[in-house]
Amino acid sequence: MPEPTTTESAPREVSAVESLARDDVERKKFLSMAGRRLGAGAASAGLAAFIAACGSSKSSSSSQSPSSASSTAAGGTATASPAGSSSDSDPSDLKIVNYALTLEYLESQFYAKVAASGLFHGKTLSVLKSFGAEEAEHVAALHKVASGLGTPAMEPTGKFPIHSAGQVTALAGTVENLGAAAYLGQAGNIQSKEILAAALAIHTIEARHAATLNTLLKKSPTPQGAFAKPMSMAQVLAVVKPFIA
Amino acid sequence: MNRSEIANPELGAVEVHGMSRASFILRGAVAAGAVYGAGAVGPYVSNAFAQSGGSDIDILNFALTLEYLETDFYQVKGAAVGLSGEAKALAKSFGDEEADHVAALTKAINAAGGKPVAKPKFAFPVTDQASFLKLAYVLENTGVGAYNGAGPSITNKQYLAAAGSIVQVEARHAAAIALLTGEQITPSGAFDMPLTKAQVLAKAGPLIKNG
Repeated sequence: MPEPTTTESAPREVSAVESLARDDVERKKFLSMAGRRLGAGAASAGLAAFIAACGSSKSSSSSQSPSSASSTAAGGTATASPAGSSSDSDPSDLKIVNYALTLEYLESQFYAKVAASGLFHGKTLSVLKSFGAEEAEHVAALHKVASGLGTPAMEPTGKFPIHSAGQVTALAGTVENLGAAAYLGQAGNIQSKEILAAALAIHTIEARHAATLNTLLKKSPTPQGAFAKPMSMAQVLAVVKPFIA
Repeated sequence: MNRSEIANPELGAVEVHGMSRASFILRGAVAAGAVYGAGAVGPYVSNAFAQSGGSDIDILNFALTLEYLETDFYQVKGAAVGLSGEAKALAKSFGDEEADHVAALTKAINAAGGKPVAKPKFAFPVTDQASFLKLAYVLENTGVGAYNGAGPSITNKQYLAAAGSIVQVEARHAAAIALLTGEQITPSGAFDMPLTKAQVLAKAGPLIKNG
């Protein structure tokens, strides 16, 4: 995993998000999905939804579908994002919850596939299954919170390579460490104290999962030392993109 | 029913008993339709906010006390008990990290114009590696609960970011110790419980000696 920076002004990540939002293939996928839903703020599936949840800037909204723009509007402030500043500097609580929900959907799907793979047995299998069950609880909780704020993100389609126990364990480590960094990256952006409390309650679970996987991989449970590093939405998107169909 | 409700049918239930599940807070917030704790969110949230009479500096000093405690536990008590193998390596590594937390919190409090608490004296009732690790597990989990409980009361975003950065490490510590000892990796299930100051002091207080 690339070493994340903690500063939010990383032009390369911002233009990656914007260029994905303008990607014709993704827009067409989004338009066909959005067409199935009614009303303003309709949630969309797949990569386009994740980008929308990440609060793509106003400057890219002209390349988004009307549903996506209204989804942004319904979700709260879309931040203007000139080159060099972060597109996720002021996402709404709904955007953040949907972002977390999307990640949790992916984690939940991943663990379901891992459990079904036949690659693990005994205690390790039991641990991985319990982590999957916990991610599923996160999905349910975040879905309910998102529903209370607006339209919840639809479940994306994850695609995870599942080849060998070693490879899968390493991937699980990547996923969980990423999840922990993702929550940490958003803690300061959440406006509602209740939602912050919930996010903190989930963040440390991802951390426990990550430390466990690291230990199974014979790596340090605290690979970043005494202070865990946050990752921005754009940084997380870059890592997660290959795992969304 | 969606897949997650099938996997967790209890989430479909109307009532969540006790304060043992963080989903209570989330469902309460949804039901209330309110953003800031409108009573309907219930004791789970108000417990976490019970200490919010204190300022950011008070919270940082409370955290500093706990970090002093953990540092002393790993470095001093760890040496006294005589650890070996994985436990010894873990105590060294985690002790160094807790010491870094002490330094960071002290710096933050000073920068904020506050006065960092003096390092207390501690007494840990453990005599061997096994009891040491048991207490380590309790302390780390208490730390997680303390930071998660205090988080929503922190007003300064930088301090919140720092608290988040630290609590993630405490949770990692807790899990690593669990793997060593066979304790539960996630002792409160899918959501870590926030603790009130009183609940934290119930665990940590007896270990702090006056004078």
